[in-house]
Amino acid sequence: MELSTWRKRIAGLCTALAVGLAVAACANNPRPEDLAANKHGAAPPGSPRDFAVNAGDLVYFSTDSVDLSPEAQQTVANQARWLKQYSQYTITIEGHADERGTREYNIALGAKRAQAVRNFLAQNGINAARIRTVSYGKERPVAVCNDISCWSQNRRAQTVLNSRHEARS
Amino acid sequence: MAPRQRTDLDWLQGPNLDRRRAALGLGAIALVPLAALGLSAPASAQRSADSEGGLRGTQREGTIAPIPIAIPEFFGEDRRFAAEVTGVVTADLERSGLFRPLDPASFIDRVRDLNAAPRFQDWRVVGAQALVVGRVGRAPDGRFFAEFRLYDVLSQRELVGKRFAADGNDWRRLAHRVADQAYERLTGERGYFDTQVAFIDETGPKDRRRKRLAIMDQDGANVRLLSQGGELVLTPRFSPTAQEITYLQYASEQPRVFLMNMDTGQREMVGNFPGMTFAPRFSPDGQRLVMSIGEGGASSLVEMDLRSRQSRRLTNTGAIDTGPCYSPDGRRIVFESDRDGAQQLHVMNADGSGAKRVSYGDGRYATPVWSPRGDLIAFTKQMSGSFLIGVMRPDGSGERILTEGYHNEGPTWSPNGRVILFFRESQGASGGPRLFSIDLTGYNERPVQTPSFGSDPAWGPLRS
Repeated sequence: MELSTWRKRIAGLCTALAVGLAVAACANNPRPEDLAANKHGAAPPGSPRDFAVNAGDLVYFSTDSVDLSPEAQQTVANQARWLKQYSQYTITIEGHADERGTREYNIALGAKRAQAVRNFLAQNGINAARIRTVSYGKERPVAVCNDISCWSQNRRAQTVLNSRHEARS
Repeated sequence: MAPRQRTDLDWLQGPNLDRRRAALGLGAIALVPLAALGLSAPASAQRSADSEGGLRGTQREGTIAPIPIAIPEFFGEDRRFAAEVTGVVTADLERSGLFRPLDPASFIDRVRDLNAAPRFQDWRVVGAQALVVGRVGRAPDGRFFAEFRLYDVLSQRELVGKRFAADGNDWRRLAHRVADQAYERLTGERGYFDTQVAFIDETGPKDRRRKRLAIMDQDGANVRLLSQGGELVLTPRFSPTAQEITYLQYASEQPRVFLMNMDTGQREMVGNFPGMTFAPRFSPDGQRLVMSIGEGGASSLVEMDLRSRQSRRLTNTGAIDTGPCYSPDGRRIVFESDRDGAQQLHVMNADGSGAKRVSYGDGRYATPVWSPRGDLIAFTKQMSGSFLIGVMRPDGSGERILTEGYHNEGPTWSPNGRVILFFRESQGASGGPRLFSIDLTGYNERPVQTPSFGSDPAWGPLRS
C-alpha cells in the first residue's frame, strides 16, 4: 500500500506539471520508498505521519472542479480504511482553491471540495459525526509560483487528524 | 503587466470630448450632470455590444482634456499649514482626472484678501477656467477652519463660497470638503473626496500572508489598522449609514461574518448558523445584511435584519450563490451563481423571487457591485486567462471592460458612482495585491498608495 500510494502521489504531480520534460524529470526521482523514509522518517502505525504517508492526506482537483478523480477516490478510500482501523481520531477536511479565481467564489469552491471528500468517506463507512470541514478558499497556498504546476498543487483537500477531544468545538 | 490606461469608449474621443469640454467650460460651468456629457453609452456602442453578445468595443489608448483650474496657495498665518491644505485640495482634483491644476509659478494675480474680487483678466491669461482661493487658520475655539471661494474665470462669477471647521485635528478633511465643493459646482455631480476606504493590509510571504483590517482616507492618508493579524480577515464592506463595517473573519476555524464599529473597535459575530457565513454586504438603509451561508457544500443566500437578528433564506438551489449586493433602492439583489454551470451574474427581487440570469458574455462573471446611481453593475470577469474589471447595465446589456490583466478583482464604487477602486495582483512568489482606481470611462487608472500590499477595497459613504 505504501508503495502504490506514493506512486500515485508522484504520478499526480507529474501529470500536473503537464510538460514532457518535467515528466521525464519526475521519472528520475528517487524511488518512492526512499522518499518516504527520508522525508518523513519513522511512521509508527496509527500516528498522523502513518496516515499521511501510508493512506495519503491530500487529494487534488482539476480547475474549477469538485469531482474526485479515480486517483483521489483511491486515496480517500485508503483514508477510510485507515480511519476505520484507528477510530480514536476525528478529522477536519480543509478545502482549498488556487489563486485563479475570485475570493468569495473560491471560499465556496473550497467548501464544496471538502464536502466531496466528506461524502466519499461517509460512503466508505466513516461516521459523518467524526468529520468536520472548513474552506480556506485561495488564502492558504502551499505553492506560490505563477504557473499551472503551482496552481494544481493548491487545488486540494487535506484531511487533518484531530483527537476526538480537539474536534468537538 | 504595467498598468495601462485603456478604454473601449472610442466614442469618447473626438467630438464627444469637445462637447464635454464645452459643457464643462465657461459660462456653462455649473450643474451639468456628467450623464449628459456623453458618459452613458450612445446607440452606436450599444449596437455593437448587442450584435456580438458582449464587449467588442475597440480598445484604444487615450486621454481626456481636463478643466484647467488655478489653486493659488491658500493664505493664513501658518504658511506651511496653508500650503499643506492647498496641496491636498490640488491633489484631489488632479487625481479625479477631470481637472488640470495649473502651475502656481505662472500666476500673475496675487490674491491676498478672500473678500476682494480676483483680477479675472490675469487668471484668463494664464489659461485658468476656474479659480479657487482660500484661507485657513485656527478659530478662537482652537479648531482648524478653511474658507474658500470658487470662481468661473470667464463669466467672472463666484460659484460658491463656504467656511468649514475641522472635527478634532483631522485638518485633511477640510481640504477634501473644499475639493468636493469645487468638484460639485464644476461637474454637477456629488464629490467623493471626503470619504474613507476600508481594505485588507497584507504583509509577509505569499504562503504565510498576514492580513489585517485597515481603513484610510480615499487618498491613502491616515491609515489605521483595525485588527492585529492574529485571525484571517477578508472582504470588509462599509455600512452606508454608520461608522461600521461587516467583514469575514475565521473564528473557531470557520469563516464567519462579523460586524465592527470603527469608532469603538467593538466587534461581534453575526448570526448563529451551523456552517460558514461569508460574502456579507449591507442593505442601502444599513438595517440588513445579505450574505452566503454554507450548507452541505452548497452556498445559499440569506438576509438578516440587524435589529431583530431574524434571518430569512433567499436562495436554495444547491449551487454556489455568493457575492450578493443590493440595488441602491434596496428592492433587488445582484449575485453570482454557478447554477447554470459556471459563475454568472443573476438579479432577483430582494425577497428572493424572480431570479434571472443577466450576464451572457464569454467567460465567467463574479463580484457584482451595484452602482450607487443604480444604472450599472461593476464586476470581475475571467476570460482567456485574464481577470478584467467591467460594468454592465442591470439587465446585462451594454457591457464595457474598464481594465484587464493577469489578475484584477473586487470593484467598489465611489459614493457618486463615478470612480471604481479594485485590486490588482502581480504574479509569482513575491507578487501581491495593490489598490488601483479607475474612472467609469476606463480612463485615468491610478495606483492608490497603501503601506504594504492591499486588497479587498470597500469605499465608504460621503462623510459630510
